Amino acid sequence: MKISKSEVEKIAHLARLEIEDSQKEKMVEQLGNILQYIDKLKDANIDGVRLSSGAAIMNNVLREDVVEASPGPCVTLANAPDRDDDFYVVPRVVK
Amino acid sequence: MEYHELTIGSAIEQITRRKISSFELTSAFLSRIETYEDRIGAFITVDKEKALEQAQKADQEIAAGRISALTGIPIALKDILCTKGIKTTCGSRILENFVPQYDGTVVSKLKNEGAVIIGKTNLDEFAMGSSTENSSYKITKNPWNQEYVPGGSSGGSAAAVAAQFCCASLGTDTGGSIRQPASHCGVVGIKPTYGRVSRFGLVSYASSLDQIGPITRDVRDAAILLNVISGNDKLDSTSAKNPVPDFTKALDQFEKGALKGMRAGIPKEYLSAEGIDPEVEKVFLHAKTLLTDLGVEMREISLPHTEYVVAAYYIIAPCEASSNLARYDGVKYGFRDKSSEDLIEMYKKTKSKGFGLEVQRRIIIGTYALSAGYYDAYYGRATKVRTLITEDFSNAFETCDFILSPVAPAPAFKIGEKTDDPLTMYLTDIFTLSANMAGIPGISVPAGYSSKGLPIGIQMMGRKFDEMSLLRAGYGFEQNIGLSKKFPDLS
Repeated sequence: MKISKSEVEKIAHLARLEIEDSQKEKMVEQLGNILQYIDKLKDANIDGVRLSSGAAIMNNVLREDVVEASPGPCVTLANAPDRDDDFYVVPRVVK
Repeated sequence: MEYHELTIGSAIEQITRRKISSFELTSAFLSRIETYEDRIGAFITVDKEKALEQAQKADQEIAAGRISALTGIPIALKDILCTKGIKTTCGSRILENFVPQYDGTVVSKLKNEGAVIIGKTNLDEFAMGSSTENSSYKITKNPWNQEYVPGGSSGGSAAAVAAQFCCASLGTDTGGSIRQPASHCGVVGIKPTYGRVSRFGLVSYASSLDQIGPITRDVRDAAILLNVISGNDKLDSTSAKNPVPDFTKALDQFEKGALKGMRAGIPKEYLSAEGIDPEVEKVFLHAKTLLTDLGVEMREISLPHTEYVVAAYYIIAPCEASSNLARYDGVKYGFRDKSSEDLIEMYKKTKSKGFGLEVQRRIIIGTYALSAGYYDAYYGRATKVRTLITEDFSNAFETCDFILSPVAPAPAFKIGEKTDDPLTMYLTDIFTLSANMAGIPGISVPAGYSSKGLPIGIQMMGRKFDEMSLLRAGYGFEQNIGLSKKFPDLS
């Protein structure tokens, strides 16, 4: 399946990406080739086959709900690109 | 033997017998790094002072008679494993200044056993790639010939071991990222069973496929590291509770003829795969003959869904990646583009400047495949194909104990050769992806060289939680293959 430039732009927006104009044509072509190859999956006979979410152990993993000390804001916010005291600072959300 | 040529096994022996100190050993590696690192580019971070400090501490422990499994042994870590106080970049600009506030479980385990963390190795950004050319920092070169790639994504970890910058390293494997660079660099690499090793503190790429494993000079070293890093961890709910056997013990009791009666499966679909290089085929056939001579019985097996493996993988992995990488939004950690006044614009600029092109490509494929109207056709279908692939292996293991195959269809390629064509790059993963899809273990062991002198490995894949059979078969193979040259010549 081929993918159009406008589709790529729409998907990029959903993923919060902004592809540079100079890269766009190439990206559209490469994605088209990859998706075309992936279309191969349509030939596989999957009638009655169950979904698999991976190789993880299938039983539930439970534990006691025990209170443990939290590392605290000093640790949690140590890598914040912008902070004010114990808060993350972000651009204005409500205008 | 020079210090920097020592395996973990022999270094431990010499340290225990006080023939060398950890300080001397660590210094020997650091001085090699100083001399040759510019040519190889294996590391993103080397903290000389911290490494020597740990070495001195190890020497004090040794003097006090407290010797653990890895006391004083210098080990490098792929820069996607969180190390408290040492920056962990994942090869990405977006985590350029990220300093983890905690150690990943494997890192704590290594430290508890006394290992010296010598540095953090280069990788394809967020482990997405097969050549280590997708790093935002540098291109790692193959120590055997610096015009060639070391493989990837754990290319830095494999090159560091081959270039003798450390005794061993840890890598991660989501679709072959330990086994393929190990094969290209002439070292041993093992991807354990999914769940064998805790992923806590491994920065996620594709959570249902990622696994941490050792890259070492020989099979016994891989067993030593596997002993240390395996086991259930309450911080990773997907880590398995299966008992961990003593992997080295079986190798130490290994006797001549020990492989007799083992059954190896040869997948007929692999040898008819398109684009298999004649030199790889030659090495593979030689390996097959050698194992037969050692008493291994060869059986043809079938993995009928092999032709769908690459397509299914390149849906599932990008889908998981698009979800996992959504967290890099410039708010809680990592790079933020500070030029935007608007929140959505800030997200977009942060991600687009922070992520490289391959990462962006995979996020877009994943977002596309998971978007309304496409989910069933892509993700749903791929997970069903994954079930079929897993069943192929269960059926195969009814008649064999391990599966023997090449690691990659060709020896290492030249730097830049495939960077413009991601699909061709993806297709080189054909022999390694299945083990991740099925959650089974796989090992890559050096088996020969190309006419250009580049190493070629062979792969053995085993039943879930049966790393032991792979280590035994790999060990027996390694003892008898008689490779002419163990190390590349860097001088």
